[in-house]
Amino acid sequence: MPDFEPVLLANVNKPDSHTLSVYEAGGGYSALRKVLKGMSPTEVIDQVKAAGLRGRGGAGFPTGVKWGFLPPNHPGPIYMCINADESEPATFNNRILMEQDPHQVLEGTMIACYATKATTAYIYVRYEYPTAYKRLQMAIDECYAKNMLGNKILGSDFNLNIYLHRGAAAYICGEETGLIESLEGKRAWPRIKPPFPAVEGAFRKPTVVNNPETVANVPHIINRGVDWYKSIGVPSTGPRDPGSYGPKLYCVSGHVNKPGCYEAPMGITCRELIENQGGGVWKGRKVKMAVPGGISMGLLTEKELDIKLDFAGPGTVGCLGLGTAAVTVMDETVSIVDYLHNCCRFFAHESCGQCTPCREGTSWSERIMHRIKAGKGRFKDLDILLNISESIGIMPGTTICGLADGAAWPMKNAVKKFRGEFEDYIRRTNPAGFMEEHAVEALELVGIAGH
Amino acid sequence: MATAAATSKTPVLTPEIRKEIEAYLPRYPTKQAVTLPALHIVNDHLRCVPMGAIPEIAEILELSPAQVYDTLTFYGFFKHTPCGKVRAWVCRSISCALRGGEEVLSAMSDKLGVRPGETTEDGRVTLEFGECLGVCDFAPAMLAGDEVYKNMSVDQVSHVVSQLQSQADRAAD
Ligand SMILES: Cc1cc2nc3c(=O)[nH]c(=O)nc-3n(C[C@H](O)[C@H](O)[C@H](O)COP(=O)(O)O)c2cc1C
Ligand code: SF4
Ligand code: FES
Repeated sequence: MPDFEPVLLANVNKPDSHTLSVYEAGGGYSALRKVLKGMSPTEVIDQVKAAGLRGRGGAGFPTGVKWGFLPPNHPGPIYMCINADESEPATFNNRILMEQDPHQVLEGTMIACYATKATTAYIYVRYEYPTAYKRLQMAIDECYAKNMLGNKILGSDFNLNIYLHRGAAAYICGEETGLIESLEGKRAWPRIKPPFPAVEGAFRKPTVVNNPETVANVPHIINRGVDWYKSIGVPSTGPRDPGSYGPKLYCVSGHVNKPGCYEAPMGITCRELIENQGGGVWKGRKVKMAVPGGISMGLLTEKELDIKLDFAGPGTVGCLGLGTAAVTVMDETVSIVDYLHNCCRFFAHESCGQCTPCREGTSWSERIMHRIKAGKGRFKDLDILLNISESIGIMPGTTICGLADGAAWPMKNAVKKFRGEFEDYIRRTNPAGFMEEHAVEALELVGIAGH
Repeated sequence: MATAAATSKTPVLTPEIRKEIEAYLPRYPTKQAVTLPALHIVNDHLRCVPMGAIPEIAEILELSPAQVYDTLTFYGFFKHTPCGKVRAWVCRSISCALRGGEEVLSAMSDKLGVRPGETTEDGRVTLEFGECLGVCDFAPAMLAGDEVYKNMSVDQVSHVVSQLQSQADRAAD
């Protein structure tokens, strides 16, 4: 792989990279100027479509296509929501962008609003990102002062206001309709779709929800064009794969020597990311397994690390998808039991409670994992976990949102790929009861509290 | 309870807080959308959202107190009694747990003498567990106020606690 010139992270190491003057000195806002001067909204949408940009927030939906779903000739208002709730465990690429290069996110947002004719954008920033929040607000203030936000932006007919909206520590606010409900001042209960936000979103108006990294790609597509963009990444691998183009921010954390956020062409392999960018496994140990794109996406075994981290790769080995492209590396000392307990606890804590299969499935799987971990597991529990994992989610069609699928995948992958290790653990820690088939008491009742 | 608070003489929301909340109204097409900003503003000032504040927020936003309360309770974030001057979240999610996050959390708990969710007797520090704080590149991590404590270890916990205490002493009342 020849050296890759960073695109999205080109600015982040400059001193005062978060200021307007540094951003503009590096060519910033030239795409906005270009669009305002000589492109129609439709031309912008067409260019983004042609570039094959797909959403970076987790679902990988083609961005230009999403923008095209807005009702034509709508009287407005149309809203843009930038989803900076970034709470998927192991993910921090949006944080880097917003803290170190907030103007890049803003320029992308502005062009996205121009293309979609949105006149108000809300950036929903998770509570835990106070620095990103401050930097974005400073950047917004700088733009208002220079007539790059507000009315008649840079002398054009384009009007736009951007407001920040602070979250309150809830993962579910990252689900796009949970975000919208939260923005509206309600509990963040995801909505049943359809209607999709493009038709009826925030305040019952057409709305686009995009990730900050997604929109950060847009100025580069405008400046450098479709051919350049499509020269990076991986072309379509089949009729159901629109391809994975463009630069991508990969996070790598856990048991590596150099945890961090690295930019690479879409489609590097998980092993390359661990070895090259991540500096290899720490303490001279070997990798045992890795999370491919946030814990919702499931689990890769060591043998599966050569998959490409593009939109199609993780699915080829039974993972849910690329997700947030955040890789967590686990060395040979990590117990599969601890890994799955941690995942189940997260989803039990974050389920919004609206759908019974998700609320009960996530909380029971946590209790089961807690009991297994505490040495009271049974082989039967593994089947129960699999059963839960196959029955909760939008894929089996039992829940409203994808949180439940994200909860299911770690269980499904871990139990299927590491069943032997689970069984060894259960047999070793519960020699008297591992074959028990009858109902057993919850640990709370036998005095082993969870947390 | 809510009604009693609404009719009592001294309002919970100071004129300053009210003004701050009202400043958010033009940003949104509905008043209800100011619920979360309002809760944050009150929480920033009072380190909690007392029950008495709920009908007052509701009145500004032309909602029923139940609507505000519904939203408030959805987010485990807002408490009715004041948190410590510094609220510290120690991450327990995967990338931190792999590097000793859970051990750091229990060491913090021991050192401060409180369990997650509780406030020290001197009112300086509230300890919380957090789910992924988005700083996994510096795992294990803790967010305290606006400050991120990076690459923590059990050995440093005494030092971190004294840093938290001085952070609390610097914080305005
Ligand atoms: C439980 C759950 C949590 C999510 N969290 C986020 C998030 O924090 N940030 C994000 O951009 N997308 C998140 N998503 C995906 C969003 O629903 C949505 O697909 C995305 O914001 C669209 O933006 P994009 O097309 O630019 O990727 C989440 C989805 C689910 C089901
Ligand atoms: S799937 Fe879970 S998180 Fe999603 S709406 Fe249903 S209960 Fe809530
Ligand atoms: S897992 Fe702790 S900050 Fe991400």
